[in-house]
Amino acid sequence: MLKDITIGQYFPGNSPIHRMDSRVKLVLTIAYIVLLFMADNIYGLLIGIAFTLLMYTISRIPPVMMLKSLKPIIPIILITSALNLFFIRSGEVLVKWKFITITREGVDTAVFMTVRIICLIVGTSLLTYTTSPIDLTDALERLLSPLKKLRVPVHELAMMMTIALRFIPTLIEETDKIMAAQKARGAQMETGSIMKRAKALVPVLIPLFVSSFRRAEELALAMECRCYHGGEGRTRMKQLKTSAVDYIAIAVMAVFIAGVVVVNHLTKGA
Amino acid sequence: MAVIKTEDLTYVYGEGTPFRKVAVDHVSLSVEEGEFIGVIGHTGSGKSTLIQHLNGLLKPTEGRVLIDGEELWADKARLQAIRFKVGLVFQYPEYQLFEETCYKDIAYGPKNMGLPENEIDRRVRETARLVGLSDDVLDKSPFELSGGQKRRVAIAGVMAMEPKVLILDEPASGLDPKGRSRILGLIREYHKEKKNTVMLVSHSMEDVAKHCSKILVMNKAKVFCYDTPAAVFGRAGELERIGLSVPQITRVFARLKAMGCRVDDDVYTVGYGREMLLGALSKQTANERESEA
Ligand SMILES: Nc1ncnc2c1ncn2[C@@H]1O[C@H](COP(=O)(O)OP(=O)(O)OP(=O)(O)O)[C@@H](O)[C@H]1O
Ligand SMILES: [Mg+2]
Repeated sequence: MLKDITIGQYFPGNSPIHRMDSRVKLVLTIAYIVLLFMADNIYGLLIGIAFTLLMYTISRIPPVMMLKSLKPIIPIILITSALNLFFIRSGEVLVKWKFITITREGVDTAVFMTVRIICLIVGTSLLTYTTSPIDLTDALERLLSPLKKLRVPVHELAMMMTIALRFIPTLIEETDKIMAAQKARGAQMETGSIMKRAKALVPVLIPLFVSSFRRAEELALAMECRCYHGGEGRTRMKQLKTSAVDYIAIAVMAVFIAGVVVVNHLTKGA
Repeated sequence: MAVIKTEDLTYVYGEGTPFRKVAVDHVSLSVEEGEFIGVIGHTGSGKSTLIQHLNGLLKPTEGRVLIDGEELWADKARLQAIRFKVGLVFQYPEYQLFEETCYKDIAYGPKNMGLPENEIDRRVRETARLVGLSDDVLDKSPFELSGGQKRRVAIAGVMAMEPKVLILDEPASGLDPKGRSRILGLIREYHKEKKNTVMLVSHSMEDVAKHCSKILVMNKAKVFCYDTPAAVFGRAGELERIGLSVPQITRVFARLKAMGCRVDDDVYTVGYGREMLLGALSKQTANERESEA
């Protein structure tokens, strides 16, 4: 049950995409989102699809993962396409039956929006598939570091996120263990009314809180023992460095964006 | 009839992921009522996974588990009732304590069984006495106690359910030698008094050798052997090859025999070793006297 929740869907690997600087990956992901929103017709989106497929091929992430990333947003896709299909009333009428009218423009927009959302999710998922959560927070910290001038505690926030990410699997494991132990003492967590089940959670939550506090204290002590005193003057063991792969990736991205601009222009001219 | 029986029990963690791991591999065994079984094996050999099947916390990937002849998982509604028959004490059980007072925590299991108030009270007090907790400790918060005391409260919490079979996963780990022998002593005491079946998972051959009627040795998810202590420790060489050592005293006697002393090499407790040595010595002096005369 609990074990099935994947947090940080990182797929370890050694493809060029995995080796990219996480900062560049993050920025390019944002550029990719911009690309999707720049495309103002389905042909522009085809370029987005081509880009996504190319990146998945290079990264050697199993293609099923694309479908997996879509699973949680299926309701959103369905609602969006339904809204577009039934509520756009302009353009050539295709179907008219009682109060339902479906127009050509409605169909076009529904397809366009659906493809755009799918591209958006599948494409951005690649970032989390190929970057470990820790690298991602690192990249965020570096990219947001100008905000330090505005007294935003960027380092502290990033450290908090890193620690939280580090302890999520530990907490899940511990929850599993405590749940098993209380079940062995007859706690009913899978059957009974909602109230009953909620009550059965108390014996799980209390030990979990107790051990989390103990763990936090131990960790703080261990950090202090190693002279941790915040971000000031701290150097890094893992330096983020851009390399050839990153420049190639930036160039490829630029080409695809240019492609979208051209397609937009051509279809407008037509 | 066997109180616990497993047939080709197999369990796989993470089926269908890159992290697939067979933790228990076609294990078939049966435990008779009233036995005291020791379970040993290297770390990661699947001991904890195996015992979690015996009260239905894990569902076998393959194979069956029968408790008192009744198949687990055949009827999900019966699972709860079967869980009350097989009490399971996890490793570091003190982390499961949660009530305001020790009394309430020990009463948690019996309460879930739906027992009447006076019966719960009797059981809590009786097990508290058995594990050596005084009445003033019962009214304290479990979070104020020492590690060893917490451990005893947690074990009492399962014992108070009076299960037919009590299974303990390394109940003595992380304690000092005195705490260890105290916990192991109270488990032996419980077995003697209640005549219930006990299964004790441990890393230490010495602990298991002292009071088990049978030993189950696990190796790499499989049963390596399941026999009486004498038979198991008779295979000292093989045990060593899979990284387990026989008790020190057994090694001493094997060495003595190899050096030509007339002793048996199936000695696995210090007490028995002493008797054997004294016997051998008195025989020797008697022989010497005879030859002098
Ligand atoms: N929740 C889990 N998810 C995935 N794999 C697991 C899980 N629990 C245990 N394993 C794996 O199953 C194997 C058997 O583990 P198990 O805990 O049963 O061993 P053990 O004999 O109890 O070891 P120890 O003496 O260290 O307690 C190990 O290789 C372990 O890595
Ligand atoms: Mg274990």
